[in-house]
Amino acid sequence: MLEVVDLECRRGDRLLFSGLSFNLEPGTLLHVRGRNGSGKTTLLRTLCGLLTPDAGDILWNGENVRRLGEDFHRDTLYFGHLNGIKSDLTASENLSVSAILDGDRAEEADILAALDQMGLTGFEDLPTKMLSQGQKKRVALARLLLSQAPLWILDEPFTALDLDAVDRLQMLIAQHVAEDGLTILTTHQEVPLTSGQIRRLHLGAPQDATSGQPGDGVGDTEASA
Amino acid sequence: MWRVFLCVLGRDLRLAMRRRTDVLTTLFFFVIVISLFPLGVGTEKQILRILGPGVVWVAALLASMLALERLFAADHEDGTLEQMLMTPQPLSLVVLAKVTAHWLLTGLPLVAIAPLVGMQYHLPDIALLTMVLTLLLGTPVLSLIGAIGAALTLGLRGGGILLALLILPLYIPILVYGSRAVTVSVIDFADTGPYFSLLGAFLLLALVLSPLAAAAALRISTE
Repeated sequence: MLEVVDLECRRGDRLLFSGLSFNLEPGTLLHVRGRNGSGKTTLLRTLCGLLTPDAGDILWNGENVRRLGEDFHRDTLYFGHLNGIKSDLTASENLSVSAILDGDRAEEADILAALDQMGLTGFEDLPTKMLSQGQKKRVALARLLLSQAPLWILDEPFTALDLDAVDRLQMLIAQHVAEDGLTILTTHQEVPLTSGQIRRLHLGAPQDATSGQPGDGVGDTEASA
Repeated sequence: MWRVFLCVLGRDLRLAMRRRTDVLTTLFFFVIVISLFPLGVGTEKQILRILGPGVVWVAALLASMLALERLFAADHEDGTLEQMLMTPQPLSLVVLAKVTAHWLLTGLPLVAIAPLVGMQYHLPDIALLTMVLTLLLGTPVLSLIGAIGAALTLGLRGGGILLALLILPLYIPILVYGSRAVTVSVIDFADTGPYFSLLGAFLLLALVLSPLAAAAALRISTE
């Protein structure tokens, strides 16, 4: 379970959000919305520990993530704006490196199966610089298939993907949530779930530090059919 | 743990093999800097012998400096560094693997070619041997200390110059002991013992401390 208590983040002098608190139970998808510059990426990066919050705590299963350190990273998969793949390595090399680093199974067969499932059959052994933007994104997203992490933090995972890949990714996320996983994502797309619940978080309009409004908190919990 | 170390090491070596120019630039820079001095100073044997050890060592310092900037920068740009920060592996281990790869690619070639370019300075064989040995002990220290600077200046505009200002002063002890050992060996090789001990001590110290420091610096500069 992920608990966020009174979180406050600033970028320079600007208050992005403050007093943000929510709890996420396993089997939940948190959909973070807000217009450009409202702090979505900052929130996600703070949640995975890449940024230090200006105030507040983030607890994972009751323990502060700062103190958990690498143990928290074992339970987390972060997918940022950058694909995080090396353009000089092939798709399978990229995936195998990140699987080993993530401590996931990294058998040749698993990797090829994951790439195959992302619709990259025939592209496994090409340097990824030869691939299109969408294909690179697919290579990067293939990590989700190998990952054992219960918490997925995905920043705009749908950009540059074609309809077919969007469907696959939506299915993957739905499956992860259905298996009692937790997913936090920013996107302008709806993600249909088969089970579990969707919660929405709307980050307020950016304001300057003096008149900073607390973030809206998580509202709008809805159980999906 | 070995698996992770070897994985990162293999990855960086493979990347370098697919983009060889980076490795070759450092090596050529080293060779050219060393070759410029005899051209500028003249071919007087006596002067060159005095200059030789210092010039080779300064060139090694500058060459390893040149290559440092890219140590983390490429991974920072494509997001793979961020991924490494998010893995359950100890970051210092990943840093150590990256530094090892970096040294194998930029430090070791310098060590190998040093006696060849050092011959321009009319150094006796024993001095050339000492040069290789001191460089073998000293260049890993340069890479290790440099990693801290590279991590601190990551993502800064004009980071290259800042890196040089930050790191070169820290290289001074290595330069002093390294080049001095070569000079001393011309007179009597037996007297070089303390220099080797000191360089070895630096290497051990850097091996233990700098991956930790560089890992901490990486976390700060990626915020």
